[in-house]
Amino acid sequence: MDTVSPESAAPPTLTLRDVAKSFGQVVALRSATLVAHPGSIHALVGENGAGKSTLIKIVAGVHRRDGGDFLLAGEPADFGSTAESKAAGVAVIYQEPTLFPDLSVTENIFMGRQILGAGRRIDRAAMHAEAARLFAGLGVHIDPRRPALGLSIADQQIIEIAKAISLDARLLIMDEPTAALSGVEVERLFAVARRLRDEGRAIVFISHRFDEVFDLCDTVTVMRDGEYVATRPIAGTSVEEMVGLMVGREVSDLFPKTPAEIGDPVLEVSGLTARGVFHDVSFTVRSGEIVGLAGLVGAGRSEIARAVFGVDGYESGSVRMKGRAVSPRDPGAAIRAGMAFVPEDRRKQGLVTDASVTDNIAGVIRGSLAKLGLLTKGMENRAVAPWADRLEVKTSSLDMFAKTMSGGNQQKVVIAKWLATKPTLLIIDEPTRGIDVGTKAEVHRLLSELAGQGMAILMISSELPEVLGMADRVLVVCEGRLTADLPRESATPQAVMHAATQTREVAS
Amino acid sequence: MTPAPTQEPTVSVPDTPTETQLLVEPSSMSPRRRVLEGLLRSREFSILVVLLLVIAAATIKNPSFLLSSSGWRDLLLTPSMLILLAVGQAAVIITRNVDLSVGSVLGLTAYLTGRLFIDHPELPMVAVFVAAIVVGGLLGLINGLLVALARVPALVITLGTLYIYRGIVLSWAGSSRINASDLPSGFLSLGTAQVLTIPVLFIVAVAVLVAVGYYLYTARSGREFYAIGSDPDAAVLYGLNVRRRVVGAFVLSGALAGLAGVVFAARYGSVSSDAGTGIELQAVAAVVIGGVAIFGGSGTVWGAALGAVLLVTINRALPMLGIPDFWQQALVGALILSAIVLDRVLAARQSRRLVEARDPS
Repeated sequence: MDTVSPESAAPPTLTLRDVAKSFGQVVALRSATLVAHPGSIHALVGENGAGKSTLIKIVAGVHRRDGGDFLLAGEPADFGSTAESKAAGVAVIYQEPTLFPDLSVTENIFMGRQILGAGRRIDRAAMHAEAARLFAGLGVHIDPRRPALGLSIADQQIIEIAKAISLDARLLIMDEPTAALSGVEVERLFAVARRLRDEGRAIVFISHRFDEVFDLCDTVTVMRDGEYVATRPIAGTSVEEMVGLMVGREVSDLFPKTPAEIGDPVLEVSGLTARGVFHDVSFTVRSGEIVGLAGLVGAGRSEIARAVFGVDGYESGSVRMKGRAVSPRDPGAAIRAGMAFVPEDRRKQGLVTDASVTDNIAGVIRGSLAKLGLLTKGMENRAVAPWADRLEVKTSSLDMFAKTMSGGNQQKVVIAKWLATKPTLLIIDEPTRGIDVGTKAEVHRLLSELAGQGMAILMISSELPEVLGMADRVLVVCEGRLTADLPRESATPQAVMHAATQTREVAS
Repeated sequence: MTPAPTQEPTVSVPDTPTETQLLVEPSSMSPRRRVLEGLLRSREFSILVVLLLVIAAATIKNPSFLLSSSGWRDLLLTPSMLILLAVGQAAVIITRNVDLSVGSVLGLTAYLTGRLFIDHPELPMVAVFVAAIVVGGLLGLINGLLVALARVPALVITLGTLYIYRGIVLSWAGSSRINASDLPSGFLSLGTAQVLTIPVLFIVAVAVLVAVGYYLYTARSGREFYAIGSDPDAAVLYGLNVRRRVVGAFVLSGALAGLAGVVFAARYGSVSSDAGTGIELQAVAAVVIGGVAIFGGSGTVWGAALGAVLLVTINRALPMLGIPDFWQQALVGALILSAIVLDRVLAARQSRRLVEARDPS
């Protein structure tokens, strides 16, 4: 069986056709297709959740596909472990490289396949020399003997690449390698990537930055919602076309924001800066207003929210609630000022999964419930019941453990917990992640209702349709800076994506 | 080779402090000097200095601490058993696990040793050694399999087997004890025998130390112990056989505790059901003092062995220096705390450097 396409001499290094993958009920990939040729740098682009990472993990042997074709250099492939994919010549460089911090750079490159000398003992001198040779070939200077701990992300990626070369990988996949790099470091990485391409290796490059895609790649494949959309030669496409292919779907009516009267400013953030995380962030949220915080994963949205709420500190800037300054690094002060925060990872940060629904909801209001310093179960239950009712938390009993409930119900418990504090500002991070469609709509209806009652809401979401459907105003974060403040009318998918993928100016 | 100042712009040279430049530039030191500096800066070296200071202080106060023949012998003989336990414990902790059951394994194999000599006097001494090591290894295998397969933290698993293994000794030995008169004299003399003034049991401990130290430093699988402890998730992504190595570490620890059980019987002559109770904490303390990171990934068995010698020697020297009981315990505690605080401070300094190097503003 030969799959060589008529127009190319060698078979493509990587062929994925109609690959599908589900995790339980959640469909990550419907039909993903990607064909990468030797001596080519192939860009893979798509929104958050388009399925790029899942596709890569199938090639890397982390996940097994449910269906579809997977060929390497024309041969059928199916990896049950990362070791197998490595042996087949696949190397993956993740956004955050996974190195052993305590071990030397050399050991990181050769772990598990060290050069052996006499008596099967590791020949460190030979390994150091080989590592130095690899770095010289890449045109970089890294001391092979130093520990990996303390290396910049850029240098860690170079080590991953050196590892891939020493394995003689024919397929190199880089998953958003430039996200954490400075301009100079990106240039160095690109120089290395071009060198590898010229050696005849196939490179798949995942990036959200269009200027990088156009600078480095020769072909681009667009994915959306777990499906293949299109493949184009870079020379024959444009940023506008790519954005169109990426977002090409309509904002449905699933997200009903009822108009609410927008009142006075509740939250005023100005000049908020935390070094290396976000920079000079200023915005206002008014009562009755839902402000969406959009941007790519890792852009710094959650970090901004955590700083506003006082979980993390910041170096400069101020947070004011109804005109009064809120002291930094003090969630207690934020709660007293009327803030509520529903975090991204509800299981870890928003919910005590081993406690009952009552305990969870009553947790933040215990202080005000107690009479003479005493608190009874009855008092707690009376205080909690109306909230649980209102949110239609479906549990047989309020004593049920939170961990046994569905994701949607858990989210409702977390929201109930915070509504019990009667906040004036609700910060909610990824309100519907991991929640089924029906409950999703309920959460949306609830948020809209709360805004209607005059609550100010700051909503972080990676789902573009959700942001566009719910928010009165969309703030776009790109690499720690606000790059756009779009009123509802002008917040189109294209406008948001443009702002979210804007490339940072190189700090000079 | 000194780094050339005129490099092409594509090479990453952070324009922030010179310190970070040193981090990414190839070492310009000569190999000999680098080895020497590494040695002087190592944790092993500083423990050795502390150890020598303790010995010197005790010897000045009471010259027989070192200068008499029994003083010299005890200096090497007393820590031998703890060295064996510390070496095994270090191998386990390097993989980011811990083995709390070694005290019970030691008690079980010490009693087994006595019983074998009593019930099977025809057995050669070597067979008894092998039996204790094999039984210890099997008990370690149980620990390892539970940790690797059940995915429950080793702390909990080995806390459980600590009680289970001790329970086996208790129900087996009851109130009976092995006395020196029950043991063959050839075996007992092993406890004090010396070759060129060096106790045989110390030679055994050092031989084990060298073998394990050599393995962990020069074998592929030995290096994987460090990789697993340094980042278990990364180890999986590297395609390393994490389970097999973790089980291996526990088998090693169990087998060495088994050997330590025989050493216990030979050294003390009498074994009751509570032999070795609480010694697992001494083993962990020795490893931590010896510079093995409690979260794995770094440290050496050399350091752990030196930590064991220091711990035992301090316990013997302090009464001699006229230091009251309470302060003896407190000093050991302070030693452990300062070792851990030192590790944390060094780690925090490193990671702060990383953040500063990454942030261009």
